[in-house]
Amino acid sequence: MEFPDDLKYSREHEWVLVEGKVATVGITAFAEEQLGDVVFVELPAVGDKVTKDEAMGVVESVKAVSDVYAPVSGTVLEVNDDLPESTELVNEDPYGDGWMVKIELSDPTDLDELMTAAEYEAFVQEQQE
Amino acid sequence: MSRTPLYDAHRALGARMVDFAGWEMPVQYRGIIEEHAAVRTRAGLFDVSHMGEIELRGAGALAACQRATANDVGRLRDGAAQYSLLLDPGGGIVDDVIVHRLDAERLMLCVNAANRAADLAYLREHARGADVVDVSDATALLALQGPRATAILSGCTALALAEMPRFTFAAAEVAGRRALVAHTGYTGEDGWELYLAAGDARAVWDALLEVGAAHGISPAGLGARDTLRLEAALPLYGHELGPDTSPYEARLGWVVQPGKGEFVGRAALLAARARGPRRLLVGIELVDPGVPRAEYRVLRDGEPVGVLTSGTKSPTLGKGIALGYVDPAASAVDTALAVEIRARAAAARVVPLPFYRRGGS
Repeated sequence: MEFPDDLKYSREHEWVLVEGKVATVGITAFAEEQLGDVVFVELPAVGDKVTKDEAMGVVESVKAVSDVYAPVSGTVLEVNDDLPESTELVNEDPYGDGWMVKIELSDPTDLDELMTAAEYEAFVQEQQE
Repeated sequence: MSRTPLYDAHRALGARMVDFAGWEMPVQYRGIIEEHAAVRTRAGLFDVSHMGEIELRGAGALAACQRATANDVGRLRDGAAQYSLLLDPGGGIVDDVIVHRLDAERLMLCVNAANRAADLAYLREHARGADVVDVSDATALLALQGPRATAILSGCTALALAEMPRFTFAAAEVAGRRALVAHTGYTGEDGWELYLAAGDARAVWDALLEVGAAHGISPAGLGARDTLRLEAALPLYGHELGPDTSPYEARLGWVVQPGKGEFVGRAALLAARARGPRRLLVGIELVDPGVPRAEYRVLRDGEPVGVLTSGTKSPTLGKGIALGYVDPAASAVDTALAVEIRARAAAARVVPLPFYRRGGS
C-alpha cells in the first residue's frame, strides 16, 4: 500500500497536498481499500466554507457509506467534477485523478496536526491489528 | 467464529473476510463490481457452505414437511426442489428455504445460516413424525452461477445437465467426488448448487476454478451475491422477510398453498389474505443520483409512506435500486416517490420487478 512522502494525512484517512495556501484533499489508499468499489461521491460546492474535522462530503461504496472530513479549515476553491460520473477514480488513483477538493487554508497551523507519511503508515498498521 | 472447509482457499485468493451470522466469510476477492459482472457475463463460484441443511427422515417425513412448510410438498417428485417458507402460527416468516425431495422418506431443507438453530427448533416442534437431522456441519455448498456455469460444470461431471429443468437435482460425481447437483441459485442467472461432503469441498472448488478459467470464471463473495440477488429482486431473510412480514406483503402468495390442507400459520394467513396487505413490497429506482439503502425512509409528497429493506447502486443498470415496503396506495408501478438520503429527498419511482432479467428486457 502506498503512502506518498510528499503528503500529509488525517486520522480520518484523508490525504493533503499543500501548495502555498492551497490544500488538495482526497482519501487515502487505505480508506478506498477498506471501502471497496466506490459508487457515489458527494462533494461540497466551490465557495463553501469547510471546518477542520467536520464532514464535508460523502463517499459510498457498494456496501458502506462514509463521511469525508475536512482535514483543514478554509474555503473550497475547486472540486473534482469528474468524480460524480467516474467514481472508480477514487479506487484506481486515490492520490492522483481521485482527488476530491482544493481548499484555501484559513489557518495554516491546521497542518501541524496532520501526520507525516511514516506516522500515518504506523497509524494504519495499528488500526489493522 | 465458524469457518467453512474453504477458509484457506479464500485466504489464498486474497479474499476480504467478514463476520456473517457468526461465520468468517469472503465478502469479496478482487472487487464486488468485478465479481458481479463475472456472474452476469461469464460465471462466478460462491462458497455458501455457511447455509444450513436439515433433513426430515422416515415414513412420516412428507406429512411432517407438509405441516411445517407453506408450499405444497405433494407436488414434488423425487429429485425435485421447491422454494418454500416456514411460518409461525401467526403467519410471520420464520425462514425461507429450498425443500429437496430425495425420496418419499427423506427431504432436505436448505436454510439460511442465521436461522439454522431457530429452524432446527421449529422443525423439532412442528415436523413431528419425522426424524429431524441437522447435517449442516458435514455438508459444504458451492454455487456456480452465470451464463457459462453449465459449460464449466459439464467439464467436471458426466451428468446430463441439459436434461435437468430448473428446480431439479441429481446425485452425481463432480470432479470425482460425490455431490448432489441442483439446478437452483440465487443470482438471477442460470446456474447450479453443489451439496458436498465437507471434506470434498476444496477438491471440487479447485477443479471448478481450473476448468472455469478458460470460461473467465471468478470466485465471487457475499458482496456480489447480495447485489446480484437484489437486481433479481430475490428476497433476503432479515431484510425483505422476517417474523413481522406476511408472505402476501412480500408478494410470496404464490408460495403459500392453503388448498393443500393444514400447516403452521395457515389460519392466520387466510385471515391476513382476507384483510388485505397493510403494506406491499415494491421495487424502487432512484431518478436522482445517490445510493438507496436499507432503512431509508420512502416519501410521497413529503409524507413518509414506507421504508427500504435493501438497496444498492445496481452494477448492471448503473442506477440506485431498492426493495422496500410501502403503503398499498403508493405501490403502483410509476408512482412518484422520494427516498430520504441523509437530509435530502432523492426523487424515485416504483418500477416493475425484477430490476434485471436474464436475457434482456
